[in-house]
Amino acid sequence: MKKTDSNYSRRSFLKVSSLSGGGMMLGISWFASAKPVESLGELNIEPVWQEVTSFIKIASDNSIKIFSPNPEFGQNVMTSLPMLIAEELDVDWKQVEVEQGNYDPKAFPRQFTGGSQGIRMAWKQLRTVGSAARQMILTAASQAWNLPVSELTTANGMITHAFSGKSETYGTFAAAAAKLPVPKDIVLKGNQSFRLIGTPQKNVVAPKIAQGKPLFGMDYREAGMLIAMTERPPAFGMRLKSFDATAAKKMPGIVDIFPIQVFNDDHKFAGFDTRSFNEVIAVVGKSTWDVMNARKKIKAVWEVAPERKEMGVNNRETTVPSGLESTTKHYAQMLEMSKKPGVIERKDGDPEKAFAEAKHVIERTYTAPFLAHNIMEPTNTFAHYVGDKVRFVAPIQIPDWIMPSIVARLGIPKENISIELVRMGGGFGRRAYGHYMIEAALISKQANAPVKLIYSREDDVSAGIYRPSYQLTYRAAFDENKKLIAFHAKGGGVPESPLHANRFPAGAIDNYLAESFVIPSNITIGAFRAPRSNFNAAAEQSFLDEISEYMGKDPIAFRLELLQRAKDNPVGKTNDYDASRYMGVLELVREKSGWGKPENAGKKRGVSAYFCHNSYAAQVIDLQVKGDQVTVDQVTTALDCGVVVNPEGAKNMAEGAAIDGIGNALFGQLTITDGRTDQRNFDTYRMIRHNEAPKKIDVHFVKNEIDPTGLGEPPFPPIFAAVANALYKATGKRFYQQPFQPQLKA
Amino acid sequence: MIKKYSVKINKKVHQVEADENMPLLWVLRDILGMEGTKYGCGVGSCGACTVHLNGDAVRSCQLPISALAGMEITTIEGLSAKGDHPVQKAWVDVDVAQCGYCQSGQIMSAAALLKNTPNPTEEDIENFMTGNICRCGTYTRIKKAIQQAATKS
Repeated sequence: MKKTDSNYSRRSFLKVSSLSGGGMMLGISWFASAKPVESLGELNIEPVWQEVTSFIKIASDNSIKIFSPNPEFGQNVMTSLPMLIAEELDVDWKQVEVEQGNYDPKAFPRQFTGGSQGIRMAWKQLRTVGSAARQMILTAASQAWNLPVSELTTANGMITHAFSGKSETYGTFAAAAAKLPVPKDIVLKGNQSFRLIGTPQKNVVAPKIAQGKPLFGMDYREAGMLIAMTERPPAFGMRLKSFDATAAKKMPGIVDIFPIQVFNDDHKFAGFDTRSFNEVIAVVGKSTWDVMNARKKIKAVWEVAPERKEMGVNNRETTVPSGLESTTKHYAQMLEMSKKPGVIERKDGDPEKAFAEAKHVIERTYTAPFLAHNIMEPTNTFAHYVGDKVRFVAPIQIPDWIMPSIVARLGIPKENISIELVRMGGGFGRRAYGHYMIEAALISKQANAPVKLIYSREDDVSAGIYRPSYQLTYRAAFDENKKLIAFHAKGGGVPESPLHANRFPAGAIDNYLAESFVIPSNITIGAFRAPRSNFNAAAEQSFLDEISEYMGKDPIAFRLELLQRAKDNPVGKTNDYDASRYMGVLELVREKSGWGKPENAGKKRGVSAYFCHNSYAAQVIDLQVKGDQVTVDQVTTALDCGVVVNPEGAKNMAEGAAIDGIGNALFGQLTITDGRTDQRNFDTYRMIRHNEAPKKIDVHFVKNEIDPTGLGEPPFPPIFAAVANALYKATGKRFYQQPFQPQLKA
Repeated sequence: MIKKYSVKINKKVHQVEADENMPLLWVLRDILGMEGTKYGCGVGSCGACTVHLNGDAVRSCQLPISALAGMEITTIEGLSAKGDHPVQKAWVDVDVAQCGYCQSGQIMSAAALLKNTPNPTEEDIENFMTGNICRCGTYTRIKKAIQQAATKS
């Protein structure tokens, strides 16, 4: 089992500077090593630790400003990350004002939104920042009062000397503290001493959101700014041949129309350089409406693109096939591939022999379509290219990942690029792909003006970077006593496999085989809330439900039995999950949902559990089906994500994950016909709506002292299977193909 | 065709020059610089651009500027002077928002609902709010906030 702890060096030192107003600005720099962990490996994250400057500002009037380093897209890090600093700084949360830090790798070591890593990676870092500042203020007070530090205490931004009754604000000593050397040994509070961490705190941005303040990239404007949109091929697999913009240029408010090439021909593609089309036509004008209208007048000729090669930064070449693809063909291809041997990802025992000797085999195949991110704020970016410098105002999850590509494409040094980070109206992985920043910069350069690039909803849905289309075939072998003796998973997808070969039930079954396959495609795919896990959980947890029924076992008891085996006597050496924590959430959800209790006997309920992003989630759903209408009465979620920093924000996230998951399980699909997406806007892409949301959602956290693990993604994957398993109880029919609702009869 | 229009927004009359078909959404955002009203879909399917037209919740992406003569329009900026409309207060108190992008539209729909139905049932809320999409999945908190605002207004 892999360790999931991060190891921070204590060789920390701080950087301090005095502010003109007499206050102090404090940051921290350190060298730290973080052990590579499973999720980081998945995301290709190379932890780079650099000098940091400013997280905290303390003014002489004792007002305290804390900068939140990570981009915010609704995961509420603008509240929870500053809470970590405020806890150790020992200030009253009410006196803290939070501000979004802009992109500044020298100031902030990790400006990264993705992989449910925010709190986990900041847990010790940001508390260290707060603790160091507190110690320096204490030292400054001790010198001013000529009293030993050991006799001073801090609370709520005040320093007190109990014997003499002296008490002063942090602000009084901030300027003096800023001139002090940095403490070498920084001590963090024990969990029992937390006053702020673990208390429910409201989103610090909530009042601005409720007033519709212009917080988002879409809302950004400045004098002289033009609006730009891009016209692209109508179908995946096509490219621009030629276009005539004569009529479009004559439209009111239009400034210019020209083609742009997103990446250079010889671009070395890093993992998140995905873009749907490399050559698009930019339309620049005075207002969004003008630009939208002019787009319709462009006479473009598109052609089927030939096969092409893309060279990766690691010199790995990817072949993007030619042709106009369709979902029906993808499904046929996946089914065909599932009948052939795949690439073996893991093998324990002798599965072939076990299957050959089995008295009974159950085989089921699960399939899911592409999903579009449907971020409520469509893709956009402001860019102003002047001379050899470019300034962005960008909704971007991971600015570090697009920077090298911006540098490569624009041919300017990274020092000439600035990024103001704005609140994102959703992300879910979509805004980890920053190609739109390059597009905006190229348009600004060509138009010689500040430009806000906007994608229409149709652009966002039809030229997305989708959750791949997946398939998983499971086989389970049983002996004459209906004992499970072998397990086989074969997973594949367009164009990646969903398989996590070392996750449960690997480790719990003696004879185990996991194989994968891929089907190359020109449909662009990428990270989508809990990548791969979001399908794995759906398929695996539905299959376990079905085989537990064959074995005559309660579905929770059956999972616990398998986990007990994995805990006591694990099969294989590499099992990614902690069986005890896995069991913990199942036991908690069983208790909190009243599973198996006589009073719940009539309920149509399903259970599911999954491990991903270092955390454990289990869910029970109660629903009713009338015709093709599904009513969800209740969801009970049990989560083990270690210490919960902000229970209110965490609950909101887990509630949202359940609703988002139910919506995608019942309705979500992006299908393709001849390269063109069949859904183009919310009138055709079915989203879950108010009347379809659960009537009640209960969220329960396992209480423990484990350093925080992921939260944004883990409660999303299991709900898909909980829905499928409850639908079975309600209809007597198993559901193997997502989305489920279209299979219900009106 | 570009024409001059007089449009009354948040009790103030604005003179704008715009294409006759330009939706109110873009008049607000691109011409008047009032960005509280959000663009979500442009086809009246998501509710992010909801404003009040003579007190009723409407999708501003579906309202051409030429159709607004004599109408009273209220946007989120005009819902209250200090963000203290009961619905706004409830939104903060219940900690509804995640990303927050759809919430202007949700709040404007909720305020219109409560104006006409001061004590809505759960079903009233679900039915009325069905046109407002939230991908973050804050629906249960939205319902709770509306119920809270109803009891306090």
